[in-house]
Amino acid sequence: MLPPPAGGPPPGPRAGRGHRRPERRGRAAAWRKRAEIALFVTPALALLVAFVVVPIATAVQMSLYKWKGFGPMVDFVGLRNYVSVLTNEVFTDAVVHNLIIVVGSILLQLPLGLAIALLLNRKMWGQGLLRTIIFVPYVLAEVIAGVVWFQLLQPQYGVIDTLLAAVGLHGPEQGFLGTPEYALWTVLVVLTWKYLGLAVILFLAGLQGVPDELYEAAQLDGASWWQVQRRITIPLLGPTMRTWGFLSMIGSLQLFDMVWILTGGGPANATTTMATFLVNEGTKRQNFGIAGAASVVLFVIALVLALAYQKFILSRDSKEGGR
Amino acid sequence: MSAVTTPARTSGRNPARASSGGARKKSFSGGSPLVYAIALVVVAVTLGPVLYGVLGGFRSNAQLAEDPAGLPSPWVWDNYAGVLAADSPFWGYFLNSTIIAVVTTAVVVVFGIMAAYPLARYRFKGREALFMVFVIGLLFPATVAIIPLFILITQNYQMGNTWWGVALPQAAFALPMTVVILRPFLQALPTELEEAAQLDGASRIGFFWRILLPLSGPGMVTVGVLAFVGSWNAYLLPLLLLQGDMRTLPLGVADFSSEHSADTAGVFAFTTLAMIPALVFFLAMQKRIVNGLQGAVKG
Repeated sequence: MLPPPAGGPPPGPRAGRGHRRPERRGRAAAWRKRAEIALFVTPALALLVAFVVVPIATAVQMSLYKWKGFGPMVDFVGLRNYVSVLTNEVFTDAVVHNLIIVVGSILLQLPLGLAIALLLNRKMWGQGLLRTIIFVPYVLAEVIAGVVWFQLLQPQYGVIDTLLAAVGLHGPEQGFLGTPEYALWTVLVVLTWKYLGLAVILFLAGLQGVPDELYEAAQLDGASWWQVQRRITIPLLGPTMRTWGFLSMIGSLQLFDMVWILTGGGPANATTTMATFLVNEGTKRQNFGIAGAASVVLFVIALVLALAYQKFILSRDSKEGGR
Repeated sequence: MSAVTTPARTSGRNPARASSGGARKKSFSGGSPLVYAIALVVVAVTLGPVLYGVLGGFRSNAQLAEDPAGLPSPWVWDNYAGVLAADSPFWGYFLNSTIIAVVTTAVVVVFGIMAAYPLARYRFKGREALFMVFVIGLLFPATVAIIPLFILITQNYQMGNTWWGVALPQAAFALPMTVVILRPFLQALPTELEEAAQLDGASRIGFFWRILLPLSGPGMVTVGVLAFVGSWNAYLLPLLLLQGDMRTLPLGVADFSSEHSADTAGVFAFTTLAMIPALVFFLAMQKRIVNGLQGAVKG
């Protein structure tokens, strides 16, 4: 950085007040600098404390009490809320649902996104328009996408059942969202529709970083299109794919909006997620202790998975990219 | 912008392009019908549901019930007209969404660039530790804190059912990402600028105002667009905090859809109109949004 901007102009000829002056000036400048730093950083830190740190601390505190949401927390119950959350089948099922969405999203979107990105990464007519279109679902609010799909998926009268009927199939009696065996998978399909565009756009951006010379060299060696993709493009896309996977995982663990709109967690809790569970406990049942414990568990699961992902998957990038 | 990329059918023969693009463009250029067929399927699946909603808004409920997969015949304008009528709640939702998104964006950008400045360009003890505070903040999603936030904001901060009550926590949770994106951006500005400003007698604050802020426009636009889109589409926090007239568009859409579940055409019209602002904003800001997301991935 710059040479230490310790003070203003160097102590001038006005040095009339003894030899200690330069040091005092230096100290004044140091204070001034500290004051400036405080001035710049305080608003952001204050906001973080008020709306992130305090709520999180409150979540932890809530989780240790039996509390109905008003008055002081007095009924200390230790870890009983955690026991009750972790032995609650609705919650453990919710964790499983979240994990299914995490894995399912990656397994569906990675190959599809990669295929579409490779497809779009060639000169073709309407390429720019295609890129825009594929990104549209990602930009819509999850709620709006959810409401539209909810209508499409209506049993019998919805367009999807109608189209199925036209080819001689028929959807489940209660509709795809109303049948416990299908509901979660239907949510997964809608999420794939909604978020595939993000994968495609990020992969395309990664592909642009692949130098043309590599392709040229491979072609001179007589490599086919598929060989080039498999040996050059896809490996070079590794860091992008791994980072995308991280984002996708974190998003899936917090899944709320789409489920709330499509199924509300039903039928028969077949689609609850950790987030719908804790919102339900907190707002509908006023079980704030349980909601707090569920929040902490959600955080711990997300943290552990994030660290594991960092250690086992992302760390490759820093090793490879280091030199 | 990029939506109007010129057709490149002749790329192989065009000497200017061939010289810059080299062999790849020539032999791997797409033209095969199979590629176009796949692209068409992708477009149909992507846009199908959206277009169905738009067209559904132009049909009557009777038309929708009779032939769900049909086209409007005749075209019905009442649904859209009803949503856009002067006494429709749509406008109130729209206003709330806009104000909350603007406040969120303004707070995020102003506080974010302020915090990023000393973290990027001052030398002091504890700088990296301070930066780590923001990095750690990335690990705490709003979902984890949603229930205590709801209680704190309604009971302790007395901001339940207000614009600020939604905008400030949204800004707080967007800040870590903003600082993480902006800091390297500010670090990349050349040191010479700062030295020159010092020689001219500018203080560090003067440098911030007169030189750094104007130069960091693109970075601020990127984080601003991300914050705006995030706020515009937000559902969970508004769901817990806002009622009645204060509701935002996503809440309005969800409530309209459950309250008028028999009026499918009306739901389609309402939903379609609610998605237009986001789509227009996206088309105008496409480059910025994509850049921002890429920045987030690289960062």
